[in-house]
Amino acid sequence: MFGSLRHNPIALGLVGFGLLVLLSMSVSIVPETKQAIISSYGQVMRVENEYRKNEKFGNTDAGLVWRVPFVEQIQFVDKRVLSVSMQPQEVQSTDRRRLRVDAFARFRIVAPAKMYQAIRTEEALKAQLQTILESRLRNELGKRSFETLLSAERGAVMDNIQATLDREAAKYGAQIIDVRIKRTDLPEGQSLQSAYQRMQSAQQQQAIAIDAEGQKEAQIIRAEADAKAAQIYAQSYGKDADFYDFYRSMQSYRRTFQQDSQNGDGNTTVVLSTDNDYLRNFRDGR
Amino acid sequence: MTLFFLKRRTYMLAMMQNEDGGAPQASHNESKGPWDLPGSGDNGGSGSRAGGNKPSKPAASAGDDGAKPSNPWEPQGAPTGRTRGPSLEEIFRRGGGKGGGFGGIPPRANGKSWWPIIAAGFLAIWILWTSVHRLDQQEEGVVTFFGKYSRTVGSGISFTLPAPIEQMQKVDALQVRTTSIGSANSKSENLVLTKDQNLMDIAFDIRWSIKSPELYLFQLDDPAGTVQEVGESAMRAELANFDYNEAVGVARGTIEAQVKQRMQAILDEYKSGIAISSISIRQSDPPEEVKAAFREVNSAQQRRERYLNEARAYSSQVTELAAGQTAEFDKIYEQYRQAPEVTRRRIYYETMEQVLSKVDKTIVESGNVTPYLPLPELKRRAKADSDSTVTVTGKQ
Repeated sequence: MFGSLRHNPIALGLVGFGLLVLLSMSVSIVPETKQAIISSYGQVMRVENEYRKNEKFGNTDAGLVWRVPFVEQIQFVDKRVLSVSMQPQEVQSTDRRRLRVDAFARFRIVAPAKMYQAIRTEEALKAQLQTILESRLRNELGKRSFETLLSAERGAVMDNIQATLDREAAKYGAQIIDVRIKRTDLPEGQSLQSAYQRMQSAQQQQAIAIDAEGQKEAQIIRAEADAKAAQIYAQSYGKDADFYDFYRSMQSYRRTFQQDSQNGDGNTTVVLSTDNDYLRNFRDGR
Repeated sequence: MTLFFLKRRTYMLAMMQNEDGGAPQASHNESKGPWDLPGSGDNGGSGSRAGGNKPSKPAASAGDDGAKPSNPWEPQGAPTGRTRGPSLEEIFRRGGGKGGGFGGIPPRANGKSWWPIIAAGFLAIWILWTSVHRLDQQEEGVVTFFGKYSRTVGSGISFTLPAPIEQMQKVDALQVRTTSIGSANSKSENLVLTKDQNLMDIAFDIRWSIKSPELYLFQLDDPAGTVQEVGESAMRAELANFDYNEAVGVARGTIEAQVKQRMQAILDEYKSGIAISSISIRQSDPPEEVKAAFREVNSAQQRRERYLNEARAYSSQVTELAAGQTAEFDKIYEQYRQAPEVTRRRIYYETMEQVLSKVDKTIVESGNVTPYLPLPELKRRAKADSDSTVTVTGKQ
């Protein structure tokens, strides 16, 4: 810091600083994700990097944007797809059943100037869209039956909601891209409990049915086995019924008397008459 | 490397402080620069010298010794006998102790300020820092020129214009991200209604990656949140097409495929630059409240199996027995047919022999003798052990 330089840095610095301020007031970088509204005392002069359909990144108007310092102001508006979420709504279907519905909408600000004039900020727009979404959803879903709300048909319902919401949003320079139901739940409390009970009784019923069916099938298997055995016996014994009678009776005697006397001898007493055929030779030989 | 850089930075900072505070310091003691002889009456200098010599201050001594041999800022007209510069400690102490008073910095050889050199150094670092980029294997860099999309570069070293002009945003493009929906722990339930209005506690993972980094960066406000919301919506919409039992069992693969397709369609509609790689259902259970009833069905199914097994066992037992008995009969009948009368008698006698040999026998004369049954004796016997009385009469 010597000589003339001693004074100059301050002056130079001041000038440089002033230039920088001026530059920052007249040049802005508009990124791909933003649209810029250049306004002058509340009047929208122009919109830079405004959304166009089917534009490719790189061919947009993003980049450096000039404006007249002090006279023109710049305000950034999001160019991306934004989301509106809502508070879960309890909806009553036409058959008086309640359902808790949570939905979301995706939108994009396509006309920032319109939005700026109508509602000024993104936050206000979001709040506005949320209110509309909630009421439209309640209205639209309230006209349907409970089954429809759950079924695939609700796609049509959502298209309806999207169309009406889009009409509203167009007033604010926004475009609704998508409206979707995120969740449909049974409300806590009675609805949920009765659903549980229904599931429970359905399961119990199923359990009983399975049990009974098992018993039935088992019975059939047994009966078939018995029939088959009878058939086998009949086939074999039918060849000579008389011999079967004899043979089977012999088996039977053996089994009944022998089993009785296995524990101890002589607990069965047999009284034989000499007329008995067994004693024929015993008698005749006397 | 970093340490060295830091040291240099600190040192430079110190120099700057000296430069700034040159004037007040000069007014206090015109001849006492920081590199003056320690013994020339500056008590601050001597005090700090003692501190600088302490080996227990590594930072101070490192700055001290490291700078000394090749100190480029050493003034030309330094007094002879001067051996070393001041430590950093000293400089800081001066700065702190005198409320912003700094020692002056000696001028450069040609008598100009240090400012341009320092500024140029900073500029060089800045340019280097912001225009050379190293991208990892799975990263891609999205380059914007004054905010406008310019190009996307792959992994490796790449160059851009320095910072305010071109900027690069790094995106982990190839990395597969996982978004989990539903209850990871069993505390909270994510209940979904199925077609038959049953409730299912479902948890699933969405694996996704970025197929187009620039779309990913510029198109959606909250890409990760969007994936989650869309996933939840798609899964619920899909489950509404299936009955509970289907959803739990056979249709699971179908559901996963359909949800993936549905999500991809929605995300493509948003032009989000996101690719869904897979959906996997981690868990699909009945709600806690009705689990017992579901278990009851399970046990009923097992009971049913048991009944069937028992019946099958009975079946084979009965038929095998029949087969065995008839086989026996058939064999004997074969013999019987060859000699009917003899066989018949043989069997009769053998049977009688077997039966009668083990029982009490009473033979009574028929016709002229009245049979007398010794009933008292029989009764006595019957008391001893429960017996039966059998009378065999008649012809065979």
